[in-house]
Amino acid sequence: MTGARVMNGQAVTRHFRAERRDVGSHFFAALTGLSTLFILCILAVILINITWNGWQGLSWRFITTIPKKDFFDISTTGVLPMIVGTTIRVFVMTFFVLPVGVITAIYLTEYAPVRSPVTRIIRGAVNNLAGVPSIVFGLFGLGFFINFIGHHMDTILRSPEPTWSHPSILWASLTLAVMTLPVVIVATEESLRAIPMGLREASLALGATKLETIIKVVLPQALPGIMTGGILAVSRAAGEVAPILFTGVAYYMADLPKRLTDQFMDLGYHVFVLSTQSPNIEQTRPILYATVIVLLALTFALNVTAVLIRARVRKRLRALG
Amino acid sequence: MHDTTLKPLEVGRAASAEPPPSTGKVNFIEVQNLSLWYGEAQALKDISFDIGERVVTAFIGPSGCGKSTLLRCFNRMNDLIDSVRISGTVKIGGHDINAPEVDVIELRKRVGMVFQKSNPFPKSVYDNVAYGPRLLGIRNRSELSAIVEESLRKAALWDEVKDRLHESGLGLSGGQQQRLCIARAIAVEPEILLMDEPASALDPLATSRIEDLILELKRDYTIVIVTHNMQQAARISDYTAFFYLGELIEYGPTRKIFTNPSRKQTEDYVTGRFG
Amino acid sequence: MQKVSVARKRTIGWMGVHRGHRARPLEWLAEKLIFLVSLSAIVVILLIFLFVAREAMPIFLGQMNSALVLPTIPVEEIDKVGPEELRRYLGLTKKQFAEMDRDTLKTLMEVRIEAQVEIPPQFREDKDARINTTEWRYLLKPHQWTGYDRPVYIWQPIGWIKKYNIIPLLIGSVKPTLVGLLFATPLAIGAAIYVSQLAGDRTRELVKPAIELLSGIPSVVIGFFALLVMASVLQSLFRYEVRLNAFVAGIALGIAVIPIVFSISEDALTSVPRSYTQAALALGASRWQTAYQIVLPAALPGVFAAVVLGFGRAIGETMIVLMICSASVVSWNIFESARGITTTIAAEMAEAVTGGHHYRILFMLGALLFAVTFLSNLAGDIIIHRLKAKLEGKK
Repeated sequence: MTGARVMNGQAVTRHFRAERRDVGSHFFAALTGLSTLFILCILAVILINITWNGWQGLSWRFITTIPKKDFFDISTTGVLPMIVGTTIRVFVMTFFVLPVGVITAIYLTEYAPVRSPVTRIIRGAVNNLAGVPSIVFGLFGLGFFINFIGHHMDTILRSPEPTWSHPSILWASLTLAVMTLPVVIVATEESLRAIPMGLREASLALGATKLETIIKVVLPQALPGIMTGGILAVSRAAGEVAPILFTGVAYYMADLPKRLTDQFMDLGYHVFVLSTQSPNIEQTRPILYATVIVLLALTFALNVTAVLIRARVRKRLRALG
Repeated sequence: MHDTTLKPLEVGRAASAEPPPSTGKVNFIEVQNLSLWYGEAQALKDISFDIGERVVTAFIGPSGCGKSTLLRCFNRMNDLIDSVRISGTVKIGGHDINAPEVDVIELRKRVGMVFQKSNPFPKSVYDNVAYGPRLLGIRNRSELSAIVEESLRKAALWDEVKDRLHESGLGLSGGQQQRLCIARAIAVEPEILLMDEPASALDPLATSRIEDLILELKRDYTIVIVTHNMQQAARISDYTAFFYLGELIEYGPTRKIFTNPSRKQTEDYVTGRFG
Repeated sequence: MQKVSVARKRTIGWMGVHRGHRARPLEWLAEKLIFLVSLSAIVVILLIFLFVAREAMPIFLGQMNSALVLPTIPVEEIDKVGPEELRRYLGLTKKQFAEMDRDTLKTLMEVRIEAQVEIPPQFREDKDARINTTEWRYLLKPHQWTGYDRPVYIWQPIGWIKKYNIIPLLIGSVKPTLVGLLFATPLAIGAAIYVSQLAGDRTRELVKPAIELLSGIPSVVIGFFALLVMASVLQSLFRYEVRLNAFVAGIALGIAVIPIVFSISEDALTSVPRSYTQAALALGASRWQTAYQIVLPAALPGVFAAVVLGFGRAIGETMIVLMICSASVVSWNIFESARGITTTIAAEMAEAVTGGHHYRILFMLGALLFAVTFLSNLAGDIIIHRLKAKLEGKK
């Protein structure tokens, strides 16, 4: 860790002093290095603990079984409805948030007047919403989707019983979509802004319209960045529980959800239920670990995909130099 | 450019004939009382002159004199900047290009542009050149291939890239990339080719290839070139316009500008006393 | 080679009708569509502010009345009171009121009287039965409830007399958050300094994805891990009484905020221009001196912003604290339990009657949380922007 390379004789005396200072350097390096190591250890311990304990409870039967009402019984329980519920809500959310987020980001970067105060306020709101707690989005989902939109839909459609104005997979997904929207917009905007102006100018100077330029030049270039951001956002949402607490998740359902207006069971929520409501935590431990492993596998698969895409794109860009 | 102060400039092969050869209209591009503001700052001040058809016209002047801005008026690239305001008229082939009924997309298909920093799309060489024709709706593969080949030949790049048409355009050298951009621009058969310091980032060898290419291209195209390099202007242009602080100081046959300028400022600039 | 004319593919000229939406109707339509989609997305985003506040508004405006014993109007007097008074008495919206016929209104009045009759006598005589507990002074100040010997802060939304004092919840939110920040900040900043200043490329390429992985672990999983594993380990280490307390929740929160504090500080530290460090190193400063005297001071605002953003993340975290501590205790002792704002919302919203005072108070808490996190994000963002602008030499 010697910072300065000594070049001439005159500096040799300095060299010795530098050596003494290096005690500080070593201490500093050790301290910060240990912090890094400690964090890595935390991660390792969590992952190893979960994998180690999780494998034992995991079985094909466990993944493909719809459990009875008492899902704390290790021999008959399963997580199929939770896997299905989580998957559906992630897909429905993605279906809404990706197109809308990308289009909005395109509008904000390519069309909206850059200096207008309105654009700046919107951009500021979007940026900062990305950090608002997920439970607040849950409240929004309840207040807006269920008690406002759902209520009015029931009134307009004259439903005999409340179909729309109660928690459902649709409202949970939409709540998550709204929650992820700022993240997707910000990620897309970043990758759009990383495209050099020169490429847009080249295309426009050839007589391409703005839309042609965006579709044929800007978007193909920005796509990997958009995908990475999008997948990361989706994987975050896959593990979120707070926003769906009062917008759609159910403690128990005897059947798989059939309509978008049905409630659903969810992996993350199931982890919560198993760890806090269990009559005997020692007995449910294997089920709990197995459920956690399924949830982690789902979110990490998405995460790793995103990281791989990004790595490949970086490599390609480096190769193009 | 210190050497230019000492010896008289070698005036280009192209500009040797007097008056310069022009086979087309003398006033193909007409600029009348053109002024341009970026917000409050005026970048162009009341500029009027005509540019002939199928000749090479060079814009010279120190940095920030407005020559690039003027160039970008000819294909309305300045529209992309929010704060720009224009007064006066620019006519091409007798049409006012800033008139409300003009479709800027059509205009840009007729007025091609090559930028200072070569900017090939991160696509294959082939797709780069075919980009413009495809915009015009040409989908037929053999037609496209023919256009690509002809454009690359005109840009003197065909022999170098014919075996790697489907590799990325970004894999070419700097000079090749710039010629690729020229090929891309001429693939839509524009009438005018605007060049914004096309060789400023290139080494001397690549520069001379681009210059040869420009002399070659002027048989078919009206070329307006912005350059910092006065020898380059002298070598390749028929007419030269000298700008200073947003004003057109002097405009005339290149030979006259470089050997017998009528304004003191022009003389100072071309002999390298400032700028 | 066949000669192909490109020019013939052009439209006739650039003059005349071939422009705007008439020249390219599809494109014109597509652009309008982009605008509409963006507009609705932005409207929904702005609606978030509106709807959370809307549901909480009656509390802010003092329109709710949670008093247990309310005055009643006999059914026979339905014609003696004015319609407006009657509407307010029954707590109906104007629209609901307009849709109801006379008999329904009468039934509602009876229900109202019956509800009052059902109140057990000892509560009806209670001195607290007549106060509106959603007033600000009951929300914020201690009150001596019947049966207590001194004024206390109490959150107790169940029972006959609802007590909605939010101070215990604020303490319950801040307590684990502070523990979490105290745990996470030194670690994350230390690691950020190490990775940005001292580590080689290899270490960096190991640590950064690892931290990304850590941030990808759902908070419910961290909560589960803290509940099953960490709680016992920490208890045997520190030997406190209550197994699940704010301390455990805080450490778990810390694990959740390490990634955000790390990545933002690391970003700030890396954005200090290389020329600064090179100049210092060339003058003979050691790595440590360079980092301590040159890089850290230059990046300090960014590191501070990282802590602010970490605070926003920690105070809004729901599942971790919900799983570990949910008993409401008014105490700053970190080894006791705590029930924070997020926990309260998550645990009680399902039981709250839509539109009732409990529901509104929970929304008010949500709005408060929203405001706090939004402002801390905004502050963090502004600091980072200024820092970047300064380091990149823009004014």
